[in-house]
Amino acid sequence: MDRLRVATVWLGGCSGCHMSFLDLDEFLIDLAQKVEIVFSPVIDVKEYPENVDLVLVEGAVCNEDHLEVARRLRERTNVVVSFGDCAVTGNVTAMRNPLCSADCVLKRAYLETADVNPQIPREPGIVPPLLDRVMPLHEVIPVDCYLPGCPPPADRIKALLMQLLTTGSARLVGAQIKFG
Amino acid sequence: MARRILIDPVTRIEGHAKITIHLDDEGNVADARFHVVEFRGFEKFCEGRPLGEMPGITPRICGICPVSHLLASAKACDAILAVNIPPAAEKLRRLMNLGQIVQSHALSFFHLSAPDFLLGWETTPATRNVFGLVAANPELARAGIRLRQFGQELIEHLGGKKIHPAWAVPGGVREPLTEAGRDAIKGRLPEAFTTARLALKLFRDVLSKHSREIQVFGNFPTLFMGLANTDGTWEHYDGFLRFVDAGGNVIADGIEPAQYREAIGEAALPDSYLKAPYHKPLGYPDGIYRVGPLARLNVCQRMGTPEADAELERFRRFGRGAVTSSFLYHYARLIEIVCSLERIQELIDDPDLLSERLRANAGVNKLVGVGASEAPRGTLFHHYEVNEDGLITKVNMIIATGQNNLAMNRTVAQIARHYLPSGNGKITEPMLNRIEAGIRAFDPCLSCSTHASGRMGLEVSVLAANGTVLDAASVD
Ligand code: SF4
Repeated sequence: MDRLRVATVWLGGCSGCHMSFLDLDEFLIDLAQKVEIVFSPVIDVKEYPENVDLVLVEGAVCNEDHLEVARRLRERTNVVVSFGDCAVTGNVTAMRNPLCSADCVLKRAYLETADVNPQIPREPGIVPPLLDRVMPLHEVIPVDCYLPGCPPPADRIKALLMQLLTTGSARLVGAQIKFG
Repeated sequence: MARRILIDPVTRIEGHAKITIHLDDEGNVADARFHVVEFRGFEKFCEGRPLGEMPGITPRICGICPVSHLLASAKACDAILAVNIPPAAEKLRRLMNLGQIVQSHALSFFHLSAPDFLLGWETTPATRNVFGLVAANPELARAGIRLRQFGQELIEHLGGKKIHPAWAVPGGVREPLTEAGRDAIKGRLPEAFTTARLALKLFRDVLSKHSREIQVFGNFPTLFMGLANTDGTWEHYDGFLRFVDAGGNVIADGIEPAQYREAIGEAALPDSYLKAPYHKPLGYPDGIYRVGPLARLNVCQRMGTPEADAELERFRRFGRGAVTSSFLYHYARLIEIVCSLERIQELIDDPDLLSERLRANAGVNKLVGVGASEAPRGTLFHHYEVNEDGLITKVNMIIATGQNNLAMNRTVAQIARHYLPSGNGKITEPMLNRIEAGIRAFDPCLSCSTHASGRMGLEVSVLAANGTVLDAASVD
């Protein structure tokens, strides 16, 4: 049987969810027998491929690049997992929402605290504009499965992956559904 | 015809970034730039939060080095409380930081960078990664994975969680080490040493075959900054700021981290969400300096532990005064792993680690506090201002990786000039991967300010001098 094609994607998060994925430790070696990692920040593939079976998406949607990436991965993937609290609720990444627009957070960081050349980075085509409101993933694309936690601990990631790999769907219960 | 080459995203680094390479009319590299393309705004949205929440919120800046933010944040809070924390709490915080240095450096070496030089620069991109390393050398990959695990478990034994433990607090820490935790750490130390020594040996072999990389992977004079002890010993948690120049001469010393603003200025850039700090007395951009393992080894006189000191001596032979090649960040990182393990071994039997006296209690006694610590990637500053009620009014953070921004820009330009063909020769994937590897040497942690994914794909756009796209192609 062909190995399942699995991807992991970073949007607006802290990469802690990806680190927790790496905390699978030696199980990663077994996992590599069962699945093929076809796209991830830890491998050198630059283009999100077609026909992905499963993707773990870390982070909230907070700039225009994220919108594009989210839509593209939805088109090309069978099962999309909202991976970690930032993707599930917006979490810390969304703490800027109640305050003000994107510009006022940018002003604080690049106009008020710079000693030289105070300016908001805006190079077109290079620096993606921020959205005024940070969104959880399901506000932008349909999501098939939620894995909360900040980050979800490795054993929970493993439990979810095993369910998905063996039955094609996943249902987390009880203590496995925990934020923070 | 001028062209611009875009590498997007840079892979096998922690966080997302792009690189642009600008070619002039003759097809020679005119400049190259490193862009960090995401921003989350912690400096703004922490305003109005109670001080005590900061060590809980700010680690979410970065899941790779959350402990650094946890400690810098707790130290800024200690300063606002105006307390000296109990000695046991300081030892415990140091222990956790050492665990973090081990796990983060192991990640950088085994999971991210080693595939380049252990599997080879010309390996196909599909297998040039940690899973490729698993296939090619399963025992080594397993050892590397377990070394990172050792560091992560140490953090968990102290804080109850591997990532984002809510453990350090204003005035100290919440929990001591348990006897079971201590024994578990001790039990795994010998294996961790074995792996660290193996990595060092492997890397020394790599160095003997990589003299070209040593010469052109970000090898140029800059200043170096790090925390150092008053007696000149390597430091990771406390101490003073010290700057040395490329000749290894100390040019500024004994600077209290709270006075960082006198030593460090920040410039904003039009094409990156990463600001560019510089050494203020030399101005921008002449005040370019580097931080992190290479810088820490350059600013200190000694590591303070026997094995690491013996290795430091070998390391120093690569420089005249300071070691200036960024390729040797990898070497410095491995020496720091050994040093951290030796220090964990020294510390682990200290009965204070089991003490219950762990927290100094006080209210708001000062309205400003700065906390600094050495994150795996360099000196990290948290600077808070509060009102009388302890609510945050202002936050500024200088993130370790940002301080290497100017040097990373210069590195990508240096590698591009060296490896890209002059004229209009064919640009290949391994050439571009070397440019990315120049960034990997710094082990940048862009989570700290970023995460973006841009248009995926390694694109080469051919631009006319006025910037219009004449031709576009993908490099696979
Ligand atoms: S959920 Fe938590 S660990 Fe995951 S990206 Fe968000 S802040 Fe980081």
